[in-house]
Amino acid sequence: MSERTLELRDVHGPSALGGGRRRAFDLLYLIAATEFKQTYFGTVLGYLWSLARPLMLFGVLLAVFTQVFRIGSLVPNYPVLLLFNIVLFGFFQEATTTAVTSIVNQESVVRKTQFPRIVIPLAVVLTALFNLGLNLIVVFAFVLGWGIDPEWTWLLFPLVLAALIVITTAVSMIVSSLYPRFRDTAIIWTVAATVLFYATPVLYPLEVVPDTMKDLLMLNPLTPLFELAREWVIDPSAPGPVEAAGGWGLLLVPIAIYIGVCVLAAWVFNREAPLIAEQL
Amino acid sequence: MVVIEARGLDKTFRIASHRVDSLKERVIRPFTRADYRELHALRDVSFDVHQGEFFGIVGRNGSGKSSLLKVMASIYRADAGSIRMAGRVAPFIELGVGFNPELTARDNVLLNGVMMGLSRREAAKRLDAVLDFAELRDFVELKLKNYSSGMMVRLAFAVMVQADADIMLIDEVLAVGDAAFAQKCMDVFHEKREAGKTIVLVTHDMATVQALCHRAMLIHDGELRYIGDPEETAMRYYRLNFGGADGGPTDDERRAVPDVHARLVDAWFEDEAGERADNVEQGTPIRLNVVVEAREELSSPIFAVHVLNADGATVFGFDTRMDDGGADSIEAGGRVRISGTIENPLVPGRYFANCFVYREGAARGALQVMHMPGFVVFGTAPAPGLVSVRADVRVVAEREASR
Repeated sequence: MSERTLELRDVHGPSALGGGRRRAFDLLYLIAATEFKQTYFGTVLGYLWSLARPLMLFGVLLAVFTQVFRIGSLVPNYPVLLLFNIVLFGFFQEATTTAVTSIVNQESVVRKTQFPRIVIPLAVVLTALFNLGLNLIVVFAFVLGWGIDPEWTWLLFPLVLAALIVITTAVSMIVSSLYPRFRDTAIIWTVAATVLFYATPVLYPLEVVPDTMKDLLMLNPLTPLFELAREWVIDPSAPGPVEAAGGWGLLLVPIAIYIGVCVLAAWVFNREAPLIAEQL
Repeated sequence: MVVIEARGLDKTFRIASHRVDSLKERVIRPFTRADYRELHALRDVSFDVHQGEFFGIVGRNGSGKSSLLKVMASIYRADAGSIRMAGRVAPFIELGVGFNPELTARDNVLLNGVMMGLSRREAAKRLDAVLDFAELRDFVELKLKNYSSGMMVRLAFAVMVQADADIMLIDEVLAVGDAAFAQKCMDVFHEKREAGKTIVLVTHDMATVQALCHRAMLIHDGELRYIGDPEETAMRYYRLNFGGADGGPTDDERRAVPDVHARLVDAWFEDEAGERADNVEQGTPIRLNVVVEAREELSSPIFAVHVLNADGATVFGFDTRMDDGGADSIEAGGRVRISGTIENPLVPGRYFANCFVYREGAARGALQVMHMPGFVVFGTAPAPGLVSVRADVRVVAEREASR
């Protein structure tokens, strides 16, 4: 007989959180680490592949935008900026598109065990973050090699990164919890992510965009983040989000949308989490 | 001491008779909500389980017993009522724990250890014990998708056992695996019972309930029908299954099951001369012939024949596998013939036979149940009980005692 006295505790059923913090962290780490291992296990070049994708995209886009359209020549340090942006956006895209089917892919786990459901989309983001970390090392080597001197503002970059991680997590939570119920989330999100790629200043800086389009782009909460990253890391003379947006007032719009997305994510996931096992 | 306290549990599933899982469907048919059929899986179920108790939950398929287990395991949320549990819970649901087929056994064991409440370090420490128990040490780096279903169940069971939880929730483990594994499960059950662990076991196997459970509970249509003595529970379960003289709703339901996987082409009994017969003399062997047609490819099928008496109790049954020069699957449309001689210990009376098709190592239940024609055993030596056995017993006067 066990010596300790056991106390009756309420069982509330599955939920987004709940079930012990330590266990949630352990699970998060384990799932993300095995996922990371799994992605690169069995491929010949391993991690190099995850770098090859953004590099190839970078090569193509660089050729197009410096040789064909020549926007690139208007912008200082365009190749560095392009690579930097592609890697940052790549993180957002990889995490969110993988997240869509993540819960359904873990079906057997979800249907047979009790654990905080939020661990699944978080693990996807964490896996993508491992990738981003490795890619950023290469990017910063490239930045230095290009002849850009480190600025003190580089120290602020983690703030932008944190904001990017939060919105990526929020979007991942939304799409992953909606997918079991609406299977077309996958298709919609693939298209939406492509639209976002062009609607975020990845290929171009915001100042080259005509004013009418600019207002539209400022609805995108990723826009100020990318502008901020550019100002802080690549080009201290770049206009930065406030100036590019045309004042603090206009900047409030993407901030409000950013917060809105996060609140929506918390609400949707919390509502769907207890029911996910039944819908699979 | 009460370790599981359930009060007024209620659970309803909404099953879309017309599945609406895309936005397009929603847009085209915005008012199809009425298409939902409600399935009341649990109705006001209350019970207590005490520490150290071996508690059985029985019921027919679809009675709600598995839903109840999932509510206890926090996989489903009850719509109403409350449930309180004490201690760490390890679930073993649908013949498994939360395995990811894309991961190796090692990763899965660690992951599930943590899910069952161990720390990462503890889970790593028990890896060896788990592998030893499952006898799968050589396959630790193999991805689970390459495991056979039997290996998978063994590993899952080992994970659950080694998690050393206070409460184990087990759904139908004995239905699969070979005899050695079944024996191992039994050993574990006995061991855990001795150790004062609480085990909740969902099963169809009344023999297990009667042999192991301290108490048992019968669920039917989501309602608690009986709770208490395992023998009584088993008896009520049988009565539910075979209730009514000539087949109540139970049999009708069964007959309604379409022949999806296999179809009975013909089945008959033969007398000693090899002629078709629907009666057989007491004590003479029964010659059985069954021809089954596969509706879809059946790989490693197991055919079980159960003989039931007029009261609906299974008198005996046996399993057979294909034994045809190494071939162990039947293609769609292919036929097999199951024939042979069965010892006949039956007392005179009317009997029914059912043929079940199982998939080897498969999850719960039979793929197909096929009803065979009944037969009569005639004879002049009625005996009490279900079977008459050969007994070599003599009665003599006891000489010393006689004065």
